[in-house]
Amino acid sequence: MAGKTLYDKLWDTHEVRREEDGTCLLYIDRHLVHEVTSPQAFEGLRIAGRKAWRSSSVVAVPDHNTPTNHWDRDIEDPISKTQVDTLDANIKEFGSLIYFPFKHKNQGIIHVIAPENGAILPGMTVVCGDSHTATHGAFAALAHGIGTSEVEHVLATQTLIQKKSKAMLVKVDGKLGLGVTAKDVALAIIGKIGTAGGNGYCIEFAGSVFRDLSMEGRMTVCNLAIEAGARAGIIGVDDKTIAYLKGRPNVPTGAVWDTAVAYWNTLHSDADAKFDKIVELNAADIEPQVTWGTSPEQVLAVGGRVPNPANEADPTKRTGIENALKYMGLQADMPITDIKIDKVFIGSCTNSRIEDLRAASVVAKGKKIASNITLAIVVPGSGIVKRQAEEEGLDKIFIDAGFEWREPGCSMCLAMNADRLSPGERCASTSNRNFEGRQGPGGRTHLVSPAMAAAAAIAGHFVDVRQA
Amino acid sequence: MKAFTKINGLAAPLDRANVDTDAIIPKQFLKSIKRSGFGPYLFDEWRYLDHGEPGMDCTNRPKNPDFVLNKPRYQGAQVLLARENFGCGSSREHAPWAIEDFGFSVMIAPSFADIFFSNSYKNGILPIVASAEIVDRLFKECEATEGYKLNVDLETQTVTAPSGFGFGFDITPHRKHCLLNGLDEIGLTLMHADDIKAFETGHKAVQPWLFA
Repeated sequence: MAGKTLYDKLWDTHEVRREEDGTCLLYIDRHLVHEVTSPQAFEGLRIAGRKAWRSSSVVAVPDHNTPTNHWDRDIEDPISKTQVDTLDANIKEFGSLIYFPFKHKNQGIIHVIAPENGAILPGMTVVCGDSHTATHGAFAALAHGIGTSEVEHVLATQTLIQKKSKAMLVKVDGKLGLGVTAKDVALAIIGKIGTAGGNGYCIEFAGSVFRDLSMEGRMTVCNLAIEAGARAGIIGVDDKTIAYLKGRPNVPTGAVWDTAVAYWNTLHSDADAKFDKIVELNAADIEPQVTWGTSPEQVLAVGGRVPNPANEADPTKRTGIENALKYMGLQADMPITDIKIDKVFIGSCTNSRIEDLRAASVVAKGKKIASNITLAIVVPGSGIVKRQAEEEGLDKIFIDAGFEWREPGCSMCLAMNADRLSPGERCASTSNRNFEGRQGPGGRTHLVSPAMAAAAAIAGHFVDVRQA
Repeated sequence: MKAFTKINGLAAPLDRANVDTDAIIPKQFLKSIKRSGFGPYLFDEWRYLDHGEPGMDCTNRPKNPDFVLNKPRYQGAQVLLARENFGCGSSREHAPWAIEDFGFSVMIAPSFADIFFSNSYKNGILPIVASAEIVDRLFKECEATEGYKLNVDLETQTVTAPSGFGFGFDITPHRKHCLLNGLDEIGLTLMHADDIKAFETGHKAVQPWLFA
């Protein structure tokens, strides 16, 4: 009998029931909650007269609607304020393990605050009404996004109705070149398999590249699994996982820690495990990436040229390229490095952790943003990240270079607060989606790594960070 | 949830791959704390020429005449024909809420994004996966035939076109049962509350740190 994949191990230890058709009830250990996808779920509980099954599984924070500056003015948009106030009231009524309300010193993006407060442990099942829940797979946790009906289902029953996905192994071996980051690896994978490539799969990332990445880098990679169509992306436990967890709040101590570590160290795929699909990339082939279109799969190495639809044989794909070029205001065959930008956003659940800010600051240090850049903002992922960056003097480096140093939140990744692009504006962004209108109606988004975003801010157009 | 059994509904073709949920319902409408009222803002940025904001009365907003759902022949459509990877991106259930509120109860595509696919079932919408060839045929027939209605029968798991062309589709027995009867899944799951409690006790014994 073949060994088990990490996915098998996580699934098998959480299956409560299995129906004949394979539909399962899966037990959920951790439920992350934010203000946008939860109000209707809590309202559903209230209408049905139901309680939360286990409120100590809930970790909650408002992040999408919160402003990133002028906190003294509170939340100025009344509709945003209602949504945040509604979360306050719902958590007060139904309870939680952790809740950081707006302006709390540890408030931030749910996918940043949960790991940094030790609320994500290896072997957990983790859900959130947010597709970027995949982030937490970096800890060998089975983590994925769910809809609001499922949020209500998990609140009421501590379970989710699920069918097991297939298992895909994405293996990247070798050494990454200087200036090539976790973000570039993830974008290169999406470029290779496409945004639908992972549909129906749980992806496990393995190989020397992921072992060499920090936990922050692994979170960036797993975060982007959803952009490859996979609900979840996971990475096995190693010493870095254990070292990251040790000493954090909500992480066991003493004898329980020792037992937990022994268990966590079993959380990797067995050597003889079978995968339904295997994709391999060579680290040496991966260069800094820039998306040119309106889907994360429309991505190229920075040295490339914007594609020409005339060269695409498939009619649906050709139309896709034509639509993207039109929306993005780009010419076929133009070099990526000729693309001038207006705004720069460094932040989001993909790239707002301390390592991301350090990487961007190295590029920005002692330089000034280009005169054509109308706004460049750095939005730390949480209060903890912000304070650490300030202790390291990163805020000063960014401010001296002309960046704005903001308060934590989702910010311009999806522009539900006041941080957004105007129609036609072009942004170098460290976020996760370059969809039409994602950063503001008519806005044009190019996804890049933090170092590439900082380099683009200094040059005023995309440049190869290795030559910046 | 409302039940779905069968319809004979007008089809509308949205000829675009990788349609994401940001396009289906833009972020400004996610600020609502309700489940209803999203239909007028479905595909807002493609459907209207001006910028939409929550609470806007859409009856007099300038419509984009080129957008398929604005064409007179597709008014009252109940079946949405779509291309591959429909509903990718954000997990927002506001997307199926908007699709349902607009009047669609069936979607047919070569593939759907995972989260959107399961969200649809929770809202009485039937997402049907058909081969790219079948979907392509439906697009062509639909565009060529005004008043093109598809007969969708969940009980027999079949779709029949006016031309007589038909095909079957897959659905898990659990989803079929819930959709046919409009069942509340939470209520069904809570019938297994003892199983969940028993599991929880065992789980806590093995990994007590998960319950700290």
